[in-house]
Amino acid sequence: MEMAYFIETIIKIVVVLLIFSALAGIGTYFERKVLAFMQRRLGPVNVGPFGLLQVAADGIKLFTKEDIVPTNVVSRVFKIAPVITAATAFMAAAAIPFLPSFTLFGYEVHPIVADINIGILYILGIMGVGLYGPLLAGMASANKFSLLSAARGAAVFISYEVITGLSILAPIMMVGSLSLIDFNQYQSSGITSWIVWSQPVAFVLFWIAAFAETGRTPFHLIANDHEIIDGFGTEYSGMRWGLFFIGEYANMFFISFVISILFLGGYGDGSFLGALGLLGKVAFFFFFFLWTRAAWPDVRPDQLMWLCWKVLMPIAVLNILITAIVMM
Amino acid sequence: MHIEHIDEHFNNRNVTELDSNYYLVGIEDYPSDNWGRFKRVVKRSLRGELFVGLWVVMREMIRFDIHTVQYPEEKMPIGPRYRAIHQMKRLWESDTERCIGCGLCEKICISNCIRIDTKLDVNSRKEVSEYSINLGRCIFCGYCAEVCPELAITHGGEYENASDQREHFTMYQDMLTPLDMMRAGTQVEFEGFGSITPHEDERVKKTPLAY
Repeated sequence: MEMAYFIETIIKIVVVLLIFSALAGIGTYFERKVLAFMQRRLGPVNVGPFGLLQVAADGIKLFTKEDIVPTNVVSRVFKIAPVITAATAFMAAAAIPFLPSFTLFGYEVHPIVADINIGILYILGIMGVGLYGPLLAGMASANKFSLLSAARGAAVFISYEVITGLSILAPIMMVGSLSLIDFNQYQSSGITSWIVWSQPVAFVLFWIAAFAETGRTPFHLIANDHEIIDGFGTEYSGMRWGLFFIGEYANMFFISFVISILFLGGYGDGSFLGALGLLGKVAFFFFFFLWTRAAWPDVRPDQLMWLCWKVLMPIAVLNILITAIVMM
Repeated sequence: MHIEHIDEHFNNRNVTELDSNYYLVGIEDYPSDNWGRFKRVVKRSLRGELFVGLWVVMREMIRFDIHTVQYPEEKMPIGPRYRAIHQMKRLWESDTERCIGCGLCEKICISNCIRIDTKLDVNSRKEVSEYSINLGRCIFCGYCAEVCPELAITHGGEYENASDQREHFTMYQDMLTPLDMMRAGTQVEFEGFGSITPHEDERVKKTPLAY
């Protein structure tokens, strides 16, 4: 029994790792296509049918590129930083139930690596650790733009993490558990039981914070191309840079899963339709990340901090208070 | 004012015209007190401009009005006055080279990229023995084509001059119109700098032989 559990967990980890590494690549393809269509362009068309193999071409390029470690960088920190970003992104995935449990060859599979009772806390904590990637990369790079990016990252991080934590406190109070499976069970009796209807404010706040968490466009501050080149990634080349990229896109997918499960009912009653529904919701949230990138401008770091501390945090605290009063 | 006679359509870029589509954007004064600032924040937050942006890009995605020119397969038409790789023309009547070796192009070339050498041929006529254009130096200003009295050197439309060496384009024999093109009558006259205007024949006077 022990051995079977061990092997099952290893297989799950490998499957999640492989699927989401591949999805990160395909995510870049969709990002390019969606952005291109929204800007009246075609996007990648030449490699493979509809440019689908562009992902493979980019992967080959990244893997075979020369690995440059510039002079004056703090070599060890510089080398470990991209691994932190990618690894923490995938570690956070351990507590996410990707699909309802199903039976495969007479063996019941739970598509969650570890159903721990502090799921959300774990996910948020590991995603918070993920900030060390950009932070260490920026500080080790011996590049002023990278350093600026690291400083921005640290300053902005404190602001949005407050919102993330406070906004989901109210749903946690309602559900009474930190496990994402419990969250799913709480909302499993149809659309009307979704937390988004009872906690719309928390939903919007968490969604906004998710943009800051993944560093997507309205809050694309720590790697803002038109201000600080590629920020912490400026000095990186080849697969080291690619790890940052995979981490970013995997993070987008995982946070989409988290929002869908926390607020939009997850996989519902666990039927096949419910599983499809979860994937649909995740697809929508991922698409929304790309959509906003085409539509919206970036804010300045001070504007983001102003927004987080002076607008969103009071709203989040009020939301918790009102929820608590209503629950009493 | 004979503007009506110009067939070509020009865009009206005159901002002051009454019928133009330009208008001044109304910009309110910045609020000076805190209440005004608060009202501005609320107004900006609730006016839904973010959703307008989302709708605009979504509309363009659905409309799928792609403007991409897929370059190697599709090419934009270039203007007749485009100044790309030089061409040496031949006379329509005799298929001989138009260049008389006057050396004006060499003189006027501001980047010193044209070298010309001449000699007398068997009929004691001046003949071009060496003609080279260093395309590494050429800035495609078009002075050579403009100054050429015989319309011999002109610019062509061949702009795809990426090569191992730019010299691949500079051989005199390559710039010269091939003879089979002359026989087919497909030599293209250049309409850019220095070319003759249309209906030039009607304006040319007969050579006055009276003197």
